[in-house]
Amino acid sequence: MNTSASLPGTGYALRKALSKTTLRTAVLIICFVWTLPSLGLFISSFRPENDIRASGWWTVLETPFEFTQWTLANYEKVITANGLGQTFINSLIVTIPATVIPITIAAFAAYAFAWMDFWGRDVFFALIVGLIVMPLQMALIPVLRLYTSSGLNGTFLGIWLAHTGFGLPLAVYLLYNFIAQLPRDLIEAAKVDGASHFQIFTGIVLRLSTPAVASFAVFQFLWVWNDLLVALVFLGTSPSASTMTARLSELVGSRGQDWHLLTSGAFLSMVVPLVVFFALQRYFVRGILAGSVKE
Amino acid sequence: MAETTDTASAPRTGILEWFSGTIGRFLVSLFVPIVTFIVLWQGFIFLRDSDAPKLVIVLVAIVWGVGGVALLYVVTNWLVERMSPMWRDMLQPFVFVGPAIAILTWYLALPTVRTLWISLHNADSTQFVGLQNYVAVFTERQMFIAFRNNLLWILFGATLTVVLGLLIAILADRSRFETLAKSLIFMPMAISMVGAGVIWNFVYEVKGVNDPQIGLLNAIWVALGGQPQAWTALLQPWNNLFLIVILIWMQTGFAMVLFSAAIKGIPGEIIEAARVDGANEIQVFFRLIIPYIMGTIITVTTTVIIFTLKIFDVVWVMTGGQFGTHVIATQFYRQYFTNRNFGFGSAIAVVLLLAVIPVMIYNLKQFREREVF
Repeated sequence: MNTSASLPGTGYALRKALSKTTLRTAVLIICFVWTLPSLGLFISSFRPENDIRASGWWTVLETPFEFTQWTLANYEKVITANGLGQTFINSLIVTIPATVIPITIAAFAAYAFAWMDFWGRDVFFALIVGLIVMPLQMALIPVLRLYTSSGLNGTFLGIWLAHTGFGLPLAVYLLYNFIAQLPRDLIEAAKVDGASHFQIFTGIVLRLSTPAVASFAVFQFLWVWNDLLVALVFLGTSPSASTMTARLSELVGSRGQDWHLLTSGAFLSMVVPLVVFFALQRYFVRGILAGSVKE
Repeated sequence: MAETTDTASAPRTGILEWFSGTIGRFLVSLFVPIVTFIVLWQGFIFLRDSDAPKLVIVLVAIVWGVGGVALLYVVTNWLVERMSPMWRDMLQPFVFVGPAIAILTWYLALPTVRTLWISLHNADSTQFVGLQNYVAVFTERQMFIAFRNNLLWILFGATLTVVLGLLIAILADRSRFETLAKSLIFMPMAISMVGAGVIWNFVYEVKGVNDPQIGLLNAIWVALGGQPQAWTALLQPWNNLFLIVILIWMQTGFAMVLFSAAIKGIPGEIIEAARVDGANEIQVFFRLIIPYIMGTIITVTTTVIIFTLKIFDVVWVMTGGQFGTHVIATQFYRQYFTNRNFGFGSAIAVVLLLAVIPVMIYNLKQFREREVF
């Protein structure tokens, strides 16, 4: 399928050979330019503080095997003294439930919208889809006031529910699109066999929806892990409670010239998303395609 | 679940028989939710006040948060399934959709109405001021700069993302290391904008004229004979372009993946036929490929526009809005959290919503036609 678009016509042999080299060079150059900024960060994060300040990171490429120029001290310092290790754990505490909870709630709701009959179904569904357009800035201030008065501000429960609320419209919409397309016969047959809605949902629908659930899960996981605004508003920037992104952004403000800390800190914050990215790229692409309408 | 219901309702001897009676059923129905509630509440108190080791807290938090939600569904569903069929059929759907509707009401629907209401009041929400905040939004110089910058973001960011994404999709489509190239270009999409901000702050780093330049851009610039520049601070408003580059760097991969998929969907025979008829590659590109993937181009463009309208993290990390780089979302944050002007902040949020809605509706319509799932 993918070769069909590039099938050469007749009499293009010379141009084909020429353009193949040009093409390959062009792609190589673009990849090089795209990777260079990240490479600079990665290399610098392993260089001693004074070296980073004294010379460009590309100078180490002349003598890459001189091991005295490499160090892990930056990581040690940023994890312990600057509290990034703590915020790594906070990010995990925030992200895992903030991914699982909205998916659970959305899957139940999507099933009901697709396969159950109840009063106000169409109205509720239209309202939920309509809420996809809402930028979360619209909700931040009132939710924050509510939290301040109910003591939820700064708690993990508070931020889980906030992420759940902000991610739910899209989750319901996407999962509904998938669950509603499951074969009707399957559901009817299970009903005839005496299965309850709950049994059909957990036993059949949830299992068949794995690809859709996985795609949204990867998308929501990365979204929550990488989020700055919600974390900043509901958890603040103190090392004990904040997420990695909020703490890192705080470091940029207060230690903007300490590149040994910023580079290692930034790389640490990228490890989890990069692992998820490379391990689950297929689901990630689909999640991105489907979830791109969210901020 | 099924087993629990059976044990409790099936007639047995002794105590179990008594339990199957009406009062017993009622008591069990009352007892189970109360126990559930107490367990969840204790978990909450533990998480809020405990000084236990961090790892214990992490595990309790995850089990409590994730398990708690599942438990709520199981218990309420169990309750409903014990009722008479008529009540069960009426209430069970609301067990399924109820939590979603409740959360959306609390977190999006009501707050939206409240934000509208707050935006019509003064800084500390004590006095009704009508549309005064909206007048300020459209007349204050700071806001004018923010609107102008968002426009720059859309013009340059969206255009270049689409053009580059399309170009790379076509180039990579025909190369041998397609997968690797795509992964490399797509990768920035996975990292946070804060992380990307650090990466690019380092690229733009500037040192004194006599010091060695450690920022990549200034090193190249000086090697070519230029003077070191503070790229994100000087030359307003063009310094914004150096922030926009970051968006392009992050979003081009997204555009590329969508375009790649679309291009691969073009039937090979059509292109083949055009080539046989003597069309050159440029004609094939503009007259065949572009019209064929127009829907995808629109989707990508609208998505990037929505994204850029709400852009916050990049600016916040790179400049904090200094040097004339504020955008709508950073002004919102500044007005609300720095200046504590709740009315003004809310008015900005409403304006942002009004700007996003038409693009979003268009985007969703396109999305439905594309049917991703």
